[in-house]
Amino acid sequence: MINRAFSFCLTMVLLFISVLASAQQQNTEKGPVNEFFRSNDKIYVIVGVLVIIFLGIVLFLINLDRKIGKLEEKDRNN
Amino acid sequence: MARHWWKALAILLLLYVIIAGFTVKIPIIGTNGQSSRGLFFHVPMWICMYTMYTISLVNSLLYLSKYDLKKDVIASSAAGVGTFFGVLGFATGTLWATYTWGGTLTDDPKQMCTAIAILIYMAYLVLRISIHDLDKRARISAVFNIFAFALLIPLTYIIPRMVDSLHPGSATTPGFASKDTDGSMKLVLYPAFIGWTLLSVWIFTLVVRYRKLQLKNIFK
Repeated sequence: MINRAFSFCLTMVLLFISVLASAQQQNTEKGPVNEFFRSNDKIYVIVGVLVIIFLGIVLFLINLDRKIGKLEEKDRNN
Repeated sequence: MARHWWKALAILLLLYVIIAGFTVKIPIIGTNGQSSRGLFFHVPMWICMYTMYTISLVNSLLYLSKYDLKKDVIASSAAGVGTFFGVLGFATGTLWATYTWGGTLTDDPKQMCTAIAILIYMAYLVLRISIHDLDKRARISAVFNIFAFALLIPLTYIIPRMVDSLHPGSATTPGFASKDTDGSMKLVLYPAFIGWTLLSVWIFTLVVRYRKLQLKNIFK
């Protein structure tokens, strides 16, 4: 369990570093996805921000749900 | 997995609400500007609060008829989650009011009465902490909860509709009627009501399950 948590944290840190490294230069790439996010005064960037935050909260809730479910299972078996 | 379908529905509806809520074309009216989009996020908070407080009231009544402590756990959990959503609704409302009404805390009746109503429920939560005997706590707080709900409805729903207010849905500014909400906004608003309410119910069930595990020695 601790091993899994540790590897998860490590992956996250590495991902974060790679994101930081790629953020050093300004993103001027063309392409439909980039054009879409820059259109309409960049409002879609903030839509993306909210989607990320919401998905984070949802993942937290799903995790909590499963943890409580496991505790209930343990309780029923005792 | 089959009994979790409503949680998946809540996630999908809320993803739709977040994306469509920012991108749907809305009528721009006066000083509101784009801030009318707050409708998709601010109003559902109150729907969640009313749902939770209604669950709380029903379970307090059930507790007083059978004296089953499980009902008390459900009632207090619902009141806690309801207050949480009430505070979120109040906070989003004050932020909106700062830039549309020109004041964070105005003398608007809806804002003031809602603050009083939330404070009454906070008093309920504090009252619970102050009594250590479980049965006594359950009985006294159940009675308090019924009075709290009896004040909630006049304070947040009846009084603001009888007097003048800047808030939509007062005596002079009717809100949420079939005529004054644009069709494109309704397409987001109704899914928002369902999605946010399902999310609040999900959080509420988690709290109840946790507290039942916490008190399992008493229930056995």
